[in-house]
Amino acid sequence: MLKSKRSEAVTALVLMAPFVIIYGLLFVYPTIKMVQVSFTDAPLIGDGNFNGIDNFVRLWKDRLFASSIWNTIYFVVLSVFPGTLLALAIAIGVNRLKGWTQSIVLACFFLPYILPVSVVYRIWGWILDKDFGLAQYVIAPLNGGDHVNVFRTLPLFMPAAAFLTVWWLIGFNVLLFIAGLRNISREIYEAASLDGAGRWAQFSRITWPLIWPVTVLVLTIQLILQLKIFDQVYLFSRGGRVDATSTMVQYIYKQAFQSNHGGLGAAASLVLFLVIVIFSVLQFQLLRARGQK
Amino acid sequence: MSATLSTTNDLGLAMAAQRQRRIKTFDLVGLFATIATVIAAILWAFPLYWGVVTSLKPEAEVVRAGVQLLPAHWPLDSYTYALFDTKIGVWYINSLTTSLATTLIVVIMSAGAGYAISQLNFPGRRILWWMILASFMVPIQALIVNHFILFSQFHLINTLTAVVGPQLLAPVTVIIYKQFFDSVPKDFREAAVVDGAHEFQLLFRIYLPMNWGITTALAIITFIGAWNNFLWPFLAVTEEDKMNITVGITQVSDAFGVKYARDLATAILAGLPVAVVYLIFQRRVTQAIMLSAGIKG
Repeated sequence: MLKSKRSEAVTALVLMAPFVIIYGLLFVYPTIKMVQVSFTDAPLIGDGNFNGIDNFVRLWKDRLFASSIWNTIYFVVLSVFPGTLLALAIAIGVNRLKGWTQSIVLACFFLPYILPVSVVYRIWGWILDKDFGLAQYVIAPLNGGDHVNVFRTLPLFMPAAAFLTVWWLIGFNVLLFIAGLRNISREIYEAASLDGAGRWAQFSRITWPLIWPVTVLVLTIQLILQLKIFDQVYLFSRGGRVDATSTMVQYIYKQAFQSNHGGLGAAASLVLFLVIVIFSVLQFQLLRARGQK
Repeated sequence: MSATLSTTNDLGLAMAAQRQRRIKTFDLVGLFATIATVIAAILWAFPLYWGVVTSLKPEAEVVRAGVQLLPAHWPLDSYTYALFDTKIGVWYINSLTTSLATTLIVVIMSAGAGYAISQLNFPGRRILWWMILASFMVPIQALIVNHFILFSQFHLINTLTAVVGPQLLAPVTVIIYKQFFDSVPKDFREAAVVDGAHEFQLLFRIYLPMNWGITTALAIITFIGAWNNFLWPFLAVTEEDKMNITVGITQVSDAFGVKYARDLATAILAGLPVAVVYLIFQRRVTQAIMLSAGIKG
């Protein structure tokens, strides 16, 4: 008995070893190091001196950091809520279809999600192109006939980035909503329609309350994802007024990699880290609550 | 008598008419919803179509005024250019190498860890499980600075090893494996143990084969994720020859100004592998996505 117990522990050790080594090296160590470096004036490469909470004071006073936070929140609001509501509408529409039509329609909404950001960047860069872009046929008349360089017009930048993000990622949300809709039993709808409930009543009294947990799940997943926004905003702002559209991850990138302020970058990382951990704990609690039901 | 009969009759008729009207409006609303969904789907796919069509056109045709839904000529210049005059071949190999390595290591590591935590008793099991759940919540993006410091300490910046490194953190796959191994009935295990099977045999002969579907699904989604990853490969590599395709096509542009068809052709070549993988394994991809969102499907 003792021998088998020991062999079990040895097996566990062998199976866990790769995981423990990789997580120790790439997760635990960098996380501890991040906290430590954030209290120093270190450059990106090399050691620095302990400088207490100087970095955090600097972040607090830095207008670029404040505007990066605001831009991130602005982007989150513009992308998460429309993306979630639109996905619910699409899921309801797709769920009504049957067989191969449903597969094709779903694939149309889902295919962009599977593509790398570079493809999304090229396609929308082309469609919104100032000189030859297709979207100018719609945009130019609204602007009195003049073409608009969308990603060089500050008020349009974030809405445009959020718009193409919704286009890119909505397939994921649609998928979760369809799974949720399929979990609502048909009998409830049949009973309701026998009682004379109309379409709107069925939606507001059955679908909406029963899909609400999925809605909350989608909202939190998207929220956590979009707080980490970097790729699209970085690619489209290149060569433009980068600071004006900077987001939190971009701020980290700028401080650590472009200005060689490793300590300040780590401090900003720590802030982002804490913000996201708070929302993730929230999400975890939601998932657990769902699991227990 | 006859009067009452006629009123009930009228009432019945009126009700029938009302019901019919309701059915009629129902169908109208339903039809409208279906049409709207299909139109939305076409609009959604149109940018992809437009990108592909543009990439097939000659540059002169691309910048011509008006909307041409099909190219007049198919010289495929932009593709021959993308394939032979850019570094796309090297970038493809880099992407393929790093994505396959990431997938292989993540799957093996996660299956092992998931099995140990699910089926074995060993000291530190609970702590490890909580650590995995905790790392699930940590944004990798917050660690970019320290990952860069770490890899430069090992002089690994501008290597494929550095590109793979942080992508190995995939706690979700461990969590999913654990959940699936948990749900394998204990009878299988007991029967095999009576037959004298060793733990490794249990894993490779029972637990993994019973969950091949999950392994495929997780492998596919890990591969797609690794192929599409942008931020870390972009930071870890600045040498053109070591770039991934997603980074390469956005960082290297030729000196002759904007060439729309060429840019789009390289982008489409970059997206093609994942699009094909998705179209072949649609069901597995959707399954893996639901699982990673915490919905067991």
